[in-house]
Amino acid sequence: MKRRDVLFAAAAIFVIWQITAMIVSMSILPTPLTVLVVFFNELQNGLFTHFAVSLWRVTAGMLLSVLVAAPAGLVIGGSKRLNRIFSPIIYLLYPIPKVVFVPVVILFLGIGDTSKIMIMFLILFFQIVVLVRDQASGIAPQLIQSLQSLGAGRRALFRFVYLPASLPAILTALRQSIGTAVAVLYITELSATKYGLGYYIYYRGSTLLDYPSMYAGVIAMSLLGLGMYFSVDWLERKWCTWKFVS
Amino acid sequence: MININNLSFGYPNTPELFRNISLHISRGETWAILGPSGCGKTTLLYLLAGLKFPTSGEVTIHGEKILRPRPHSGLILQDYGLLPWSTVRENVALGVNVRKFYGADGKHTPDDFIPKDNVESWIQRLGLSEVVDKFPAQLSGGQRQRTAIARTLALEPDLLLMDEPFSSLDAITRENLQNLTLSLCEEQNITLIIVTHAIEEAAMLGKKILLLDTAPNSTARIFENPNAGSRNSAEFHALCETLWGEMQKRNAP
Repeated sequence: MKRRDVLFAAAAIFVIWQITAMIVSMSILPTPLTVLVVFFNELQNGLFTHFAVSLWRVTAGMLLSVLVAAPAGLVIGGSKRLNRIFSPIIYLLYPIPKVVFVPVVILFLGIGDTSKIMIMFLILFFQIVVLVRDQASGIAPQLIQSLQSLGAGRRALFRFVYLPASLPAILTALRQSIGTAVAVLYITELSATKYGLGYYIYYRGSTLLDYPSMYAGVIAMSLLGLGMYFSVDWLERKWCTWKFVS
Repeated sequence: MININNLSFGYPNTPELFRNISLHISRGETWAILGPSGCGKTTLLYLLAGLKFPTSGEVTIHGEKILRPRPHSGLILQDYGLLPWSTVRENVALGVNVRKFYGADGKHTPDDFIPKDNVESWIQRLGLSEVVDKFPAQLSGGQRQRTAIARTLALEPDLLLMDEPFSSLDAITRENLQNLTLSLCEEQNITLIIVTHAIEEAAMLGKKILLLDTAPNSTARIFENPNAGSRNSAEFHALCETLWGEMQKRNAP
């Protein structure tokens, strides 16, 4: 995606928002200009802290998911036997909406950051493990045989084939998970905390009825998701150069 | 060098491809394995490479029974087996890097392995210097095949196994690479075994040609071809005709 196109799209969204706000003309939909002014003021009045706390939670949840799910997906996808054993289990657990486990996780892990990170982990783990497993099990047998003929055993196959072959799948899984992760973050921050963008948005909107700052929180949360999305894009361009050559 | 002793092999639920077949291949010879589709050419190559194992009988190389891929054997497959995410340089260095990864353990890597910096010289030798930072998707078929050859020869094999390596190349590139392969094998004293379904290729490359029939193969039908390496002699054309006649005869309904 070209940077110019992204900027153009952002400008278009702000124009549509501006026109809608002018037509609706109600306090629950302030104009983007009003919200932007409040956004920059609020950054110095605590919004940045809420942003940082949310960033830490979502980054920790995603990192933990990748660090556990990617190797698990590689091992399962790289072995027909393990794939046969684990696939039915994953098949059963994957569609269960893990967000319903929020109260259970809080009961077990308390109301701190650990439970919030664990809920994100529960959701992202399955998305990543499934994509990486499928990528690893779909590697052409000729490629494996070719490496085996060069002396590669199981360890070298993981190092030289399965890991690099699955890297794009890991990044795709991450990219697809960002939206879910941020949505789950919002839900977990609605209760049992006084920090985080979820808390900020809900508190400003529902308790203080301060709509411009509520929208400032929404912008901060959107920036959080976008920033992570762009970071994954950047990592893909850096680590998977071969996908972008023509 | 290579002894195939009373070897039998078949895939599950299919007729046997080989039944009690025996064959001897000496060091430095160039062999072509020729036959129609499904006759077991590639399977025989995989048996020699240690990627498949006989149901009975054995393959020995230098007296050692083949139970796993042998560090001194090189295998080049039809689609070259290059890593799409690695550059030409990284692909050529792959075998060497796998050996460095294990160290001289005698299993994955020869126990007398000493890491040598011969990757750049093979890149130059195979004319890959200009594409060294490109990925396989950016290469022509000929360049991909050269990369695969460089990668294998960087490991200094004594046996080179090739599975229809030139089948997807244009005529000129194919001929150049056939000549290059022959001269490199002669220079490095490498035993060459190449699988092909093309009669001309077998007659061009193989000083000995093993003709396989429709399964099961139980006797090794070998054609001597002392004039291998030349495609313009009367002997070459005569041999092609003989092989063509034999294949026709065997495959006649």
